[in-house]
Amino acid sequence: MNFSMPDLTPALPEIVLLGALAAIMIIDLMVDDPKKSVTYLLTQASLLVCAIVTVYSSGSVPMHTFDNMYVADTMTSVLKVGSYISVAMLLSYSRGYIESRGLCRGEFYTLSLFAVLGMMVMISANNFLTLYLGLELMSLSLYAMVALQRDSHVATEAAMKYFVLGALASGILLYGMSMLYGATGSLDIGRVLEAIKSGQANTNVLVFGVVFVVAGLGFKLGAVPFHMWIPDVYHGAPTPVTLFIGSAPKLAAFAFVLRILSGGLQPLVHDWSQMLSILAVLSMAVGNITAIAQTNLKRMLAYSTISHMGFLLLGILSGTVNGYSSAMFYVLVYALMTLGGFGMILLLSREGFEADKLDDFRGLNARSPWNAFIMLLLMFSMAGIPPTAGFYAKFAVLQAALNAGHLGLVITAVIFSLIGAFYYLRIVKLMYFDSPVDNEPISGSFDAKLILGANGIAMLFLGILPQSLMTLCALSIQSSMLGF
Amino acid sequence: MILGLPILSLVIWLPILAGIIVLATGGDKNANLARMIALPGSILGFLVAIPLYTRFNMLSSGMQFVEMVPWVERFHVNYHLGIDGISLWLVLLNCLTTPLVVIAGWKVIEKKVSQYMAAFLIMSGIVNGVFMALDALLFYVFWEAMLIPMFIIIGVWGGPNRVYAAIKFFLYTLLGSLLMLVALIYLYNLSGSFDILDYYRQPLTMTAQILIFIAFFVAFAVKVPMWPVHTWLPDAHVEAPTGGSVVLAAVMLKVGAYGFLRFSLPIAPDASHALSGFMITLSLIAVVYIGLVALVQSDMKKLIAYSSISHMGFVTLGIFIFSSIGTEGALVQMISHGFVSGAMFLCVGVLYDRMHSRLISDYGGVANRMPMFAAFFMLFSMANSGLPGTSGFAGEFMVILGALKANFWLAFLAATTLVFGAAYTLWMYKRVIFGAVSNNHVMELSDINSREFLFLAVLAIAVLGMGVYPLPFAEAMHASVNDLLMHVAHTKLQ
Repeated sequence: MNFSMPDLTPALPEIVLLGALAAIMIIDLMVDDPKKSVTYLLTQASLLVCAIVTVYSSGSVPMHTFDNMYVADTMTSVLKVGSYISVAMLLSYSRGYIESRGLCRGEFYTLSLFAVLGMMVMISANNFLTLYLGLELMSLSLYAMVALQRDSHVATEAAMKYFVLGALASGILLYGMSMLYGATGSLDIGRVLEAIKSGQANTNVLVFGVVFVVAGLGFKLGAVPFHMWIPDVYHGAPTPVTLFIGSAPKLAAFAFVLRILSGGLQPLVHDWSQMLSILAVLSMAVGNITAIAQTNLKRMLAYSTISHMGFLLLGILSGTVNGYSSAMFYVLVYALMTLGGFGMILLLSREGFEADKLDDFRGLNARSPWNAFIMLLLMFSMAGIPPTAGFYAKFAVLQAALNAGHLGLVITAVIFSLIGAFYYLRIVKLMYFDSPVDNEPISGSFDAKLILGANGIAMLFLGILPQSLMTLCALSIQSSMLGF
Repeated sequence: MILGLPILSLVIWLPILAGIIVLATGGDKNANLARMIALPGSILGFLVAIPLYTRFNMLSSGMQFVEMVPWVERFHVNYHLGIDGISLWLVLLNCLTTPLVVIAGWKVIEKKVSQYMAAFLIMSGIVNGVFMALDALLFYVFWEAMLIPMFIIIGVWGGPNRVYAAIKFFLYTLLGSLLMLVALIYLYNLSGSFDILDYYRQPLTMTAQILIFIAFFVAFAVKVPMWPVHTWLPDAHVEAPTGGSVVLAAVMLKVGAYGFLRFSLPIAPDASHALSGFMITLSLIAVVYIGLVALVQSDMKKLIAYSSISHMGFVTLGIFIFSSIGTEGALVQMISHGFVSGAMFLCVGVLYDRMHSRLISDYGGVANRMPMFAAFFMLFSMANSGLPGTSGFAGEFMVILGALKANFWLAFLAATTLVFGAAYTLWMYKRVIFGAVSNNHVMELSDINSREFLFLAVLAIAVLGMGVYPLPFAEAMHASVNDLLMHVAHTKLQ
């Protein structure tokens, strides 16, 4: 029996984060501070350290460890750093909110970091089992975060729904994975790929497994018809938690989808791309049309998320490297847009006022032209109007899909994005054309305002100069494809 | 490049930069500062565009002052600018319109002045970009970006029904644009480039050409606007503030017709020929039917809006008879319409600022109180009905001449506009200006002030100058138009 120490470099960021997390949990108990400034700063610092470690420990060649269960390549680094940035931004946006709502407890920060850890494991997983572990770590932290506002029955209900449906989806996913295991004899994504390529695997069982896996993934992404939880959870959860669910986990879910479908199940591309195209069309249709009827901004953004996921799937179902890198660009831009949109709700909210109704944005231009302008950029970016980043995200995905020969899908997508433009425009209309109903000055800390401003301007910047991020996405995907 | 300066980029970015500076002046406390920056900014924007004409090589059909810098390398998109005889005058028209609009909104606009001025300056730069872009994606970015300031202008400073009009305007145009985007991506996947000039050489099957033509058609026809997708225009015009109507009529409508010339014809020449009958029919419906619709309008702005649609029908007619005189006539008509319709909307604006009504029936006998205004309005009404000696005549005459060569009945139907145009414009003029003073409000009117005199005089000079001596306009476009027609005559089928 010889034991050799595994190479820990690929997992270094996770180890660092876990260490920091353990320390923060203890320090949080020691320091008596109602504002939790120490915990907050330590959380931000540990995210920063993780980012540095991630950047320095990554290489362009994929590194495997723990008997091939774990992988680190350019894509994992980019997505991990993306997750750190979005979590760091959301923590800074939500400070004021959680203080005034009695959510300011150490658990908020530690659960956030646990969720980040789960995402990192998901992003780096190279084995069905590791994937599942990461997914559950992330999901359980999020369930708890939704329920953090104990006294609010809306939040508790949302948490319950999220938990029950999430557990169901996990079960479906596991069932699918077990079928794939049965057909191929392995949980390792690389070996699954080999087994399918060799033609030894039973195709019926495989395809059956793929159906369940796609259903599970669809649930995690929030694609129609597995989207039921999204509006209620988005609406019911405290806004910072909604923002959390809406942003970084989508990056992890993207990695997850990519690892399984384009990695392990690439030879079955015809089967899953058909399923995804149905999910994509339904998501765009239901998301965009239902969003029109919403009066609550959080619900509207929930449906908008669903439609964005449809677009994301459009990139993935192209089944080409070009498509995957477009989808990755899309998901990164999407995370930034979501952060900005919910960040604005958080900024406008104050004690006893949630600012989550559409009408709460009435006349924002008269109250604060700068914030209205930032929201304008975010809304046009979500609608995909140039010169904002959302345009290039949609454009890249459409180009990839058209190149793969999906003309019908592309035209459908275009028509639904026209319908979608209507409800984003309505926000702009409320902000610019109507007069304000409430004239309270906008509170909010200086750093949150600064970061939110930068977030909005980034939409414009990435819309005018998208090249660097696009190249990064292309490199990431190429690097991750080297692993197979 | 002139004197080592990227002149085209200056023409695009100077107004935008000025707009951003104006925006930075903040709220209405600094309204005067915003005005004082906006005016020199817009005039500077016009001045830097003048070398485009003086240094323009009339004999060359190719692109001039070309600038090319890689932009998004992943999709081979370049920041590629250039102008030829087709776009030269449109750019100048746009640059001239902006200072006039700024002056027209000088006193009238009292709320959110900096945002108003900035929106027009930024839009001016973006529209220049539309006319200059030689890269399809760059064109698309400018094309869509143009919607944002216009949406805000209509929605914030517009009339009572402005929200409906603004959203209708935005969604109508977006629908067309998105289909165009699909066509552009298709062409990119085929040719591996977003360069418009590469598309000219790209062979295409007939099916592909027809589909591409239809996608472009939806985008451009909405902008022109052609019958039956014109319904957004009367709404947008009526609700928009005066400046917005002027820019819409004078400049925005031209980008659609420009799109036909720059994209549809040379990229899908065979489809253009195959569908020319369809296009001509729609154009004639616009000319005749919309002309009749204009006759029954009771709202002055709506009347001019319908007259714009009818006049733009002439432009598309001229384009789709594929003759040198027809195309040049269409271009001359576009420039002339830019001056005339802009002036007409400014005239209505002058009245509206005083009476806050656009209804013809609220007026009568204005000439008694505003003689100078009546004279200007007379000139522009004559130009709108195509009187020889004004710019309105030159373009219409050339298009009718071109149509006559193609088919007598075509020319006959087109020429009815000379009757209808005169009827609706002069009848409106008579009811508003002549007769006895109809009510006390009219009695209290005061004649135009020096600010209003200034912008009306500039346009009057342009209208008369172009009517008397249209040669410089036709001369500059001649080589490019011939080159374009050569492209169109050359089949792309293999």
